[in-house]
Amino acid sequence: MEGIVKKFMFINRKAPYGTIYALESLEVVLISAAFDQDVSLAFVDDGVYQLKKGQQTKGIETKNFSPTYRALDGYDIEKLYVEQESLEARGLTEEDLLVDVTVLSRKEMGEMMEQQDVLLSF
Amino acid sequence: MKFGILVNEGPYQHQASDSAYLFCKAALEKGHEIHRVFFYHDGVNNSSRLTEPPQDDRNIVNRWSKLAEEHKLDLVVCVAAALRRGIQDENLAPGFRISGLGQLVETGIEADRTLTFGD
Amino acid sequence: MLHIINKSPQERNSLESCLRVAQDGGTLLLIEDAVYAATRGNAAAAKLREAQSRFKVCVLQADLEARGMADHLIDGVTTVDYGGFVDLAAQHKNCQSWL
Repeated sequence: MEGIVKKFMFINRKAPYGTIYALESLEVVLISAAFDQDVSLAFVDDGVYQLKKGQQTKGIETKNFSPTYRALDGYDIEKLYVEQESLEARGLTEEDLLVDVTVLSRKEMGEMMEQQDVLLSF
Repeated sequence: MKFGILVNEGPYQHQASDSAYLFCKAALEKGHEIHRVFFYHDGVNNSSRLTEPPQDDRNIVNRWSKLAEEHKLDLVVCVAAALRRGIQDENLAPGFRISGLGQLVETGIEADRTLTFGD
Repeated sequence: MLHIINKSPQERNSLESCLRVAQDGGTLLLIEDAVYAATRGNAAAAKLREAQSRFKVCVLQADLEARGMADHLIDGVTTVDYGGFVDLAAQHKNCQSWL
């Protein structure tokens, strides 16, 4: 296993809080940082809502895990890809997001996915 | 070929665990290897030995245990997801073990293909 | 790439999303509730036709039969058993489940 570097992509297509997928996906992402792999995150469809600025979860008595996306940088996880049409279809722009991302067209996102070795969807 | 399998949903509620099991069985019959089956999210509930389905239904948990015994499968239940859902060593079915998320990443690295079964 | 879809096109957008984003080529495998997408008269028929023009489209026979829809399968869709599913996963360089 030592020395093998694979391209891992974590694909997020679900909104936060309604289900636990976004939070538990983020937990795997953080762990993956310890394995020195080529890690990227893709946000498609409702997954883009995970990155919306200004999440206030006090009222639903649930932990707000959105600040963690900003901490990914500290784990050397810097490839956050957001699909353009998914943002547009939800009335969002890059300005609405809480972290720096690379916005990709659907074609570019498809190409990015094609290049991966391991695609994990939650 | 070595397959890694990720199961994201619990038994009975979703078909994910059934599909994953039937995939593993078919892969083994074809002479492939299953590097590991990793149970995450509600998928950890596939490991509860307290599961008791009606007699005329398949026993999803026992089926995994049996496959593990026959083929020395490594069935790993994510510790963080398990603790959240009340799965601990004392209610773990045979053949399963509780371990960290690193085991999933390791499978991604070591298996030739990693497949996800979820909702 | 092998694209695995498991939801009915009337319930979720996974087929639509896959067709929107995924690069042409490779195989699209419909399992579980996604098998309904490959049945005659379904409102998603246009999407399936698009899929057939861009991917090889396969459906898991056991899921189709379980749902009583084997008699409604659209022409040109290949049926596979679980062994065929394994072969598809082995034949493609990578795979993605559109959850």
